[in-house]
Amino acid sequence: MNITVRVRRRPSIADPAGSAVSKALRDLGYDQIASVRIDRTIRMTIDETDPEAAKLKVREMCERLLANPVMEDFEIEIEE
Amino acid sequence: MSSAVVVFPGSNCEHDVVYALRSIGAEAELVWHRDTDLSDFDRIVLPGGFAHGDYLRTGAIARFSPVMDEVQRFADEGRPVLGICNGFQILCEAGLLPGVLLQNRDLRFICRPIHVRVEENRSILTRAAEVGQVLTIPLNSYEGNFTATPQEFDELERRGQIVLRYCGPAGTIDEAANPNGSMGNAAAVINGGGNVAGIMPHPERAIEDLLGSSDGRVLLESFATAEAAVV
Repeated sequence: MNITVRVRRRPSIADPAGSAVSKALRDLGYDQIASVRIDRTIRMTIDETDPEAAKLKVREMCERLLANPVMEDFEIEIEE
Repeated sequence: MSSAVVVFPGSNCEHDVVYALRSIGAEAELVWHRDTDLSDFDRIVLPGGFAHGDYLRTGAIARFSPVMDEVQRFADEGRPVLGICNGFQILCEAGLLPGVLLQNRDLRFICRPIHVRVEENRSILTRAAEVGQVLTIPLNSYEGNFTATPQEFDELERRGQIVLRYCGPAGTIDEAANPNGSMGNAAAVINGGGNVAGIMPHPERAIEDLLGSSDGRVLLESFATAEAAVV
């Protein structure tokens, strides 16, 4: 089963990398850019056939390792 | 009284920490991150470096190393645990200290001596120092920006858990003196029990005048001689 996890920095936490890219884009002439945030995508294949069981397991992985709740939120997508 | 200095794959400051502790007359030995028996030691240091390459997030993988069960136990039992730089990051990821270390505000790797002011002297890190004392020690990091939730940060302030703050040469604490954007100019914080400390700059690199400063000695002396459950 293929799983995609998106880990996003919480809106209240500054994203200096996003700010740097935003500035670089504006310097290149794209002055319509209002803001840029850079997130992380983690793609996994796991040995599981039940999508609900997979989602639960992956949620646990996110809470334990893949995302830091102080600064990040996450979203899980199961490819069925 | 002997310190276990933990080596993770990617740690690079462990030898300096052992050297520094021995130079102040304390005992210290290296232990590998897979060692689960630290019964020969009564305190632990997590040194600086790039444990597990800082992959995923700095300290995120190191916090699950087998040795961390012992680190947790030492912390629970009120024994001194010190995290320096990457070690501080690992302690935050492990939940042994509040908050998280984000990228430096200006997105630059900072490698230079900075000044910190001693804010309180009842912690394992600052017991031997004077409140108001200004110390010069090197900062060497890209992710040194200490951040916590507003509630966590309020509690840290209220309870005096920010033990060192970045300051100017005369001790002024302001934005200009904050090298990396850390909340409250926090350079070192302690846990509620006062036995777990995280410090971003490197005291082990300021132990001899030959290195430009010996101001780190008082911090390492505080740690090396601390009894359990100080606060």
